[in-house]
Amino acid sequence: MRVRFAETAAEAYAMLADDPSIVPLAGGTDLLVHWPDRHAAHDATYLDLGRVAGLRTHRWTDDALLIGATTTYWDLIRDPRTSSKLPLLVEAGRLVGAVQIQSRGTWAGNIVNASPAADGVPVLMAYDAVVVLESVDGREEVPLADFYQGYKEMRRTGRQLVREIRVPLRERRNQTFHKVGSRRAQAIAKVGLATLEADDGWRVVAASLAPTVRRCRAVEALLDAGEPLGGPDDLLPALRSDVSPIDDIRSTAVYREQVAARLLYYGPASGRPGPTDT
Amino acid sequence: MSRRTSPGRANCTPDAGGTLERREGMAKLTGRERYVDDLPVGDHLWGATVRSPCARGRIRSIEFGPGVDWSKFTIVTAEDIPGRNAVFLMEYDQPALAEDRVRHVHEPVVLLAHPSRDVVRRAASLVTVHVDPEPAVLDFCAAPTPDRIQCGDDNVFKHILIEKGDVESALAAAPIVVEGEYFTGAQEHVYLETQGMLAHVEDGVVVIRGSMQCPYYVVKALKPLLGCDESGLRVIQTATGGGFGGKEEYPSTIAAHAALLTLKSGRPVKLVYDRWEDMAVTTKRHPARIRHRTGVDEAGRLLAQDVEIVLDGGAYVTLSPVVLSRAVIHAGGPYACDNVRIDGRAVLTNAVPFGAFRGFGAPQAFFGLERHMDVVAARLGLDPAELRRRNLIRDGQSTATSQTIRDGVDREEVLDLALRMSRWAERRAEVERHNASDPLVKRGLGLATFHHGAGFTGNGEVVLESVVHVAGTPDGGVEVRAASVEMGQGTTTIFTQLAADRLGLDPDLVAIAQPDTHRVPNSGPSVASRTAMVVGHLVERACDDLRRRLGLGDEARGEAVSAAIRAWHDGRSDASAELVGEAVYVQPAHIDWDEDTYRGDAYGAFAWAAYVAEVEVDLRTCETRVTDFVAVQEVGRVLNQTLARGQIQGGVAQAISWALLEDFRWKDGAMQNAQLTNYIIPTSDDLPRIRVAFLEVPYEHGAQGAKGIGELPMDGPAPAIANAVAHALGVGAERIPLTPERLLTELERQAGAARRAAS
Amino acid sequence: MKTTVHAGDLPATGPAITVRFRLNGADVALDVDPAERLLETLRYRLGLTGTKEGCAEGECGACTVHVDGVPANSCLVLTFQVEGRDVESVESLDAAALAPFLAGGATQCGACTPGVVMTAAWVVGHPELLETHRIRELMAGNLCRCTGYDGIVESVEAALPAADET
Repeated sequence: MRVRFAETAAEAYAMLADDPSIVPLAGGTDLLVHWPDRHAAHDATYLDLGRVAGLRTHRWTDDALLIGATTTYWDLIRDPRTSSKLPLLVEAGRLVGAVQIQSRGTWAGNIVNASPAADGVPVLMAYDAVVVLESVDGREEVPLADFYQGYKEMRRTGRQLVREIRVPLRERRNQTFHKVGSRRAQAIAKVGLATLEADDGWRVVAASLAPTVRRCRAVEALLDAGEPLGGPDDLLPALRSDVSPIDDIRSTAVYREQVAARLLYYGPASGRPGPTDT
Repeated sequence: MSRRTSPGRANCTPDAGGTLERREGMAKLTGRERYVDDLPVGDHLWGATVRSPCARGRIRSIEFGPGVDWSKFTIVTAEDIPGRNAVFLMEYDQPALAEDRVRHVHEPVVLLAHPSRDVVRRAASLVTVHVDPEPAVLDFCAAPTPDRIQCGDDNVFKHILIEKGDVESALAAAPIVVEGEYFTGAQEHVYLETQGMLAHVEDGVVVIRGSMQCPYYVVKALKPLLGCDESGLRVIQTATGGGFGGKEEYPSTIAAHAALLTLKSGRPVKLVYDRWEDMAVTTKRHPARIRHRTGVDEAGRLLAQDVEIVLDGGAYVTLSPVVLSRAVIHAGGPYACDNVRIDGRAVLTNAVPFGAFRGFGAPQAFFGLERHMDVVAARLGLDPAELRRRNLIRDGQSTATSQTIRDGVDREEVLDLALRMSRWAERRAEVERHNASDPLVKRGLGLATFHHGAGFTGNGEVVLESVVHVAGTPDGGVEVRAASVEMGQGTTTIFTQLAADRLGLDPDLVAIAQPDTHRVPNSGPSVASRTAMVVGHLVERACDDLRRRLGLGDEARGEAVSAAIRAWHDGRSDASAELVGEAVYVQPAHIDWDEDTYRGDAYGAFAWAAYVAEVEVDLRTCETRVTDFVAVQEVGRVLNQTLARGQIQGGVAQAISWALLEDFRWKDGAMQNAQLTNYIIPTSDDLPRIRVAFLEVPYEHGAQGAKGIGELPMDGPAPAIANAVAHALGVGAERIPLTPERLLTELERQAGAARRAAS
Repeated sequence: MKTTVHAGDLPATGPAITVRFRLNGADVALDVDPAERLLETLRYRLGLTGTKEGCAEGECGACTVHVDGVPANSCLVLTFQVEGRDVESVESLDAAALAPFLAGGATQCGACTPGVVMTAAWVVGHPELLETHRIRELMAGNLCRCTGYDGIVESVEAALPAADET
């Protein structure tokens, strides 16, 4: 195992340009799981982002929150502005592991780890977050909703670093985030669902229902149309065109689909206040 | 009754229970306590285990992979075993290392040792055991095909029958007969300290140190394996981070492996399991199927109980016959019924061996019985509490084994206190009103009444012949010497309290010897809720014996005792001379048990309990949450309020978890979810406050009137929760764990059946 | 303090990295293997065995330490990552401050306990957390199999400056 250290972002970009196989390392809470048995990971080269100046700060502007490359969940949970302006970030952040993980894990790391069960990604995606990538070649902005191309495949090249995440501030209503895990804390989502209503329509983002976290555009269209629904099953055709849940060690495809349909039906589709709006 | 601010202190005699704080507590809180992996050892090797890849078959070859200099490793196979290749406890059936065949996945085959822990772990993954597979039994309920028969003609290796009265006639005559079938899943102990042993040779003696409940079980297992006697083998318990039965028999296997590696290498060897290995390969709670056929009259009086219990016995006998025994003895419950038949069988399969786990078969039996009692109550249209009240044993009546109960406990009072604390009738009515108006979130209350026998069954304590020594020390204090271990349940504190009280000494003058088979006598295993009641009583009697040896009367206490002890030592020129009081177990005269007919006094004493769970089920996600829990029990005298309360709350938590969360995912006999991310136990945020109350009726043969307490709380929560879910949803909940996925399937199935019935 | 390497169980995976940080109030400079976890550095290199390994995957919290004053799982931190940071392990705690946990039955077997008290000490030291969080949520990163958590939660309540959680 080799580790490269950089003091500035520019140095970091140069290192990644020099060797795009280098893995940027932020909190390490995903990389280090079962570390003693992950022999292949011991043979890689890492870029320690912890010693790069200026990556951890997050900033509020008039129209956006800019989350730094190594901003942790805890950093945003403890900022009172987050609760008032982007409450789902606090909701979701508090459901990531427990405080020991929240204090180390980063929002950007959650994006590039690309787990289909990510807790931070659904709410960022529902908030129309934009991934800001930088490299020696310059700056590129990719909407998070377009960032994933397949399981663990994403629009970041090895030369690029997620420099920040831009979350636009705008009017939003009926914001909810449901994480259905096997217990309240320290759980991996069996179903994750972020929903909210913006001026231009609904956002419905699902986790653990497809190879990537993804926006459910057919469900969004259904909600936007505002047609009355007879029950959760009426959502299934749209849901099935958006996602493809599977059986795995944590849950079943049937459960995932049913629960997603019910949460949508009894939440946004019925106008019932979700649990996070109380 | 409102929510109590001080659970555990409710309804107790004001002066009951010692207030001594946990003696080793500060060492644990500050991180100073040393567990086996914390012990500094110079120049030792790390061990690792190579295991069977499949559930049953013949070993064809063992391949040591290329690219490794194997001469750098100590390698042990069955050929290196000096004595008999078995980890002996009840039978010699389980080899320490498989020779020509394997009977379960992960069965140990080869041992490695190397100075680097990381290197030895990598190396173990490069050794391959090639096995020609044979048909395996992975479903204990299915009749085995001939090529799967591995024991007798049906794979049943233990069969127990309890009979009382005439069940068939009573069932035929009963106006109402209710049948039910119930299933319980396996459970992993998840003690927070994984298992581990350190072995070395000192002056020709094999010394084993490690995490264990039963030092003398390790001696018993290793004597035939190593071909030595007690003098050649010394077993020392180190601080043990939880056991719950999981460190009853399995430590003998790890000790055997560490001993073989140290004998071959000539170096100390540490063999410490990581979490995956601990979860995947060590023993677990036996899965069970329980069937009931119950005859009742219209008033709800039990006329006949016909019970059948089948346990998945796993690949080796381990302690399964005794687990089955405890299951069948408890399967009739705390009820008076004249006609009872309980048929229990343990079936050999090719699952990873199942073994001791808190409750030891009783939790499985009570899940079936107490869930079934609610099914019976529903059939009769009776309140579940009322059905139980009408059948609870009164003094003078007898249990399924025809044991007449005459202990002065008012079991109705136990029930009534639980009903009052949970506001049973009011809350049942309230939640029923709530459920009628809320289509999504349903609530329910469920009850279980149950009992648990303390100590070994029947004549078991006589066979154990437990011994305790209490030695007078030169400072005028005493040292309690017993093999009973501290594993979190409070042995050290309780023994201190008992000796200090008995002799009138300051607790600081009482030392508790670390269990070490070359220093302490065999006081039996730290299991079966026996340590405080049975061994604690021996501590008291050994104190009395010490006093007699000093020529003091029973009234001598405090400084009089201390002064006599100091004087005894002052008068000895030989510094190694020892002043030792001794007590040997004597069976109370009232116990009369017939092992052949399974009739008589199964236990010297039972603890009695009534638990109420309130749950909330979210129909969107089918998640069940326990929102309130009341645990009322009569356990004889409570010796230490904080410890007793902690035992109850911890046991209830473990049982809530078994009922709702702990879901084994098996594939070809292997546990797929052997990690804490995917095998779920509750966090602090998943449990309600557990409200505890004790009623106290002293038991004359227990230490200071105490009865056993450790296992009792494991028995009641699962059926109470399943009953609460059934109350909330109006559907059956006959299989645990009641995961959301399982509940969804069950609700859909019943909704489908209802639709079909309507159309 | 400068400590020499004696951890024979840690084979080199790459060139050693020098890391300087504060540990329990003292400055430490170490040359560590790149793959070495903070948990291993504490336990096997520095002999601070109060920090336990319960799962090696960040679930159980038995390895909880404070990094810059906030709880973290030391099994999920590579030692070189704590360069310049302030690390505290259970050995830094004042025994007298732990008295409520002894009285309240917060420890039984003790294996989860060092992690539990590290998180608890942080909660007790930051009562303002309870304006937004419940004790049970804050303690959820420490699995305990013995107590059912009531003894732990009530001990935290008792140890808080103004023990008045709503």
